[in-house]
Amino acid sequence: MSSGKSLIGTVNKKGQRIVDPEYLFFEAPRQQYFMTGSEVTREAVRRASVDISVAYPITPQSEAAAMVGDLYVEGYVGDYFRGESEFAVMSQCAGASFGGARVFTTTSGPGTLRAYENFPMWVGSRLPILINVMVRGINSPLNIQPDTLELGMILDTGMLIWHAETGQELFDYILKGYLVAEQPDVHLPIAVVIDGFFVSHTKDILMIPSADLALPPYDPYRSPVPCMDMEVPPVRMMRDPFVMKSNYISYATHASWQQETRAACERSRKHTIRLLGGLIEEDNGDADILIVSSGTAVAQGREAARLLAAEGIRVGIVKIKTLRPFPTQEIIEATKHAKLIFVPEFNVVGWMAREIKAVIPDNHRVIAGPHVAGGMTMPPEVIVEEIKKAMVGVMEVAR
Amino acid sequence: MAGPEAFLPPAAACMGVVLPDPGQAHINGEIVHENVAIEEAARKLLRAKVPTLFPGPLVLWAWNETAVKKATAIYALYTALRAANKGALLIPMPDYRPKYPKINPEVEINPNHPNLTIWHNKIDVCMFVGVHCHQANLSLKIIRGGTDCYTIAMCAQAGHEDAMLSFRDATPEKINRLTEAVKRTSGEVSSNGRVSH
Repeated sequence: MSSGKSLIGTVNKKGQRIVDPEYLFFEAPRQQYFMTGSEVTREAVRRASVDISVAYPITPQSEAAAMVGDLYVEGYVGDYFRGESEFAVMSQCAGASFGGARVFTTTSGPGTLRAYENFPMWVGSRLPILINVMVRGINSPLNIQPDTLELGMILDTGMLIWHAETGQELFDYILKGYLVAEQPDVHLPIAVVIDGFFVSHTKDILMIPSADLALPPYDPYRSPVPCMDMEVPPVRMMRDPFVMKSNYISYATHASWQQETRAACERSRKHTIRLLGGLIEEDNGDADILIVSSGTAVAQGREAARLLAAEGIRVGIVKIKTLRPFPTQEIIEATKHAKLIFVPEFNVVGWMAREIKAVIPDNHRVIAGPHVAGGMTMPPEVIVEEIKKAMVGVMEVAR
Repeated sequence: MAGPEAFLPPAAACMGVVLPDPGQAHINGEIVHENVAIEEAARKLLRAKVPTLFPGPLVLWAWNETAVKKATAIYALYTALRAANKGALLIPMPDYRPKYPKINPEVEINPNHPNLTIWHNKIDVCMFVGVHCHQANLSLKIIRGGTDCYTIAMCAQAGHEDAMLSFRDATPEKINRLTEAVKRTSGEVSSNGRVSH
């Protein structure tokens, strides 16, 4: 761990050169690779100067978690072990982060829910843990297939949540995620999310910098809260009558505490916009018909737009990169001219459509669908059909 | 307004206030050059009836050389304020523990109920320095919501939207520059707000 001195230019114990993050992200030469999402996670963690990773097997993240174990054996990760359950894993991650370590972990589906209690605790404790969530179904009967329902359930934990569409984004989001999450004015946990199997187990072409380069280590002395001390809040508050007090001061402190963690999420916008080039990405954003979503749903939407373009129907894409902070103003601006807004989703409830409807004017323009769930694929033709169906009698589209 | 915001102001970051970049500061949410903020902070401190410095654990404990230098600089600032106004106070925030049954507001301030210290001492302008950012924001919001005190943050990191005036990247040198501004301005500004000639 750093004691406040810059380590840029030095060499770590594995022989990697510690470089300025800006150089690693934007200037360092990159080489082309063809690898699965799990392998992408491993390569990002290899360059992330991670102090500790705690793992627990659950499909589809088990492979990535095991690969991070390989990094420990190779000496790229400081410590690594398997927890007793996902709840234990996330608690152990908290302990390590309280102590000033850079922490990485992974989870999926039922594991996310089993660990759930820890996420708001991480937030309230200002622990900048990076969790790579590889979403899968959470329903009974048991389902290991991709489904984003769990993602809708973690939206209001207070964590930063970035949803990567591709292997390239997964790689970049993990490294850039640490940089944003560890800013002293942010200092929150971050979930870097991918769609299980669609991204985790599918090979993709991406460009990555040399494994001889690494991020500067986490500097816990820039934290907005002291490192763990049993006498200092939040630890003291967790075991103190403070939380039990029925008085105005106690309530006001808790309220102010929650407001501050939400404010920290807001502050991440400035850093994120600079590093990711914006919280959304637009393609033909001036079209009358828009497809707005995140993750794999965007990839399928893009293919649907291509099919429709071949028929002379112009459809634009708005990709949401960060679910938290939610790009409210960006979406209002991007959709202001749209007549129809389609929100394809890989879940049964359509939480993304709800999110969008909640922030834009004239939200009758939002068509919550198409939906698939339980691991179903979403062929672009399904999106095309949905769009054509809605177009009939609703609008006249220039052909 | 319903909910906690009926009693607490919303976090300024959620109201669109953004933090300054290096070399800058903010005054009431407006980004200004750091030098402008130094002059304004000096004026605010000098015009106050009870200007008060709240040093926190990061400068109260000699955990590195910079902390010692900052503590020395803060004491010099206090001395300069005291020379201009005998009512100036230096009240530490030594730790963040909830104190029961209650703190002694004459000798300390606590992030969980900072308003008690403000009210008791009739503090009208205060400056946080060396307080961890989370606890500083916690306090600054409660002070803004429950008192009329003008808040200044001399932050070593990115600054505080919840203070009415905030510096960032605080160093001993920056604190010394504020002290110099106080000394330079003290002949011109009195605590009744008048400029003397």
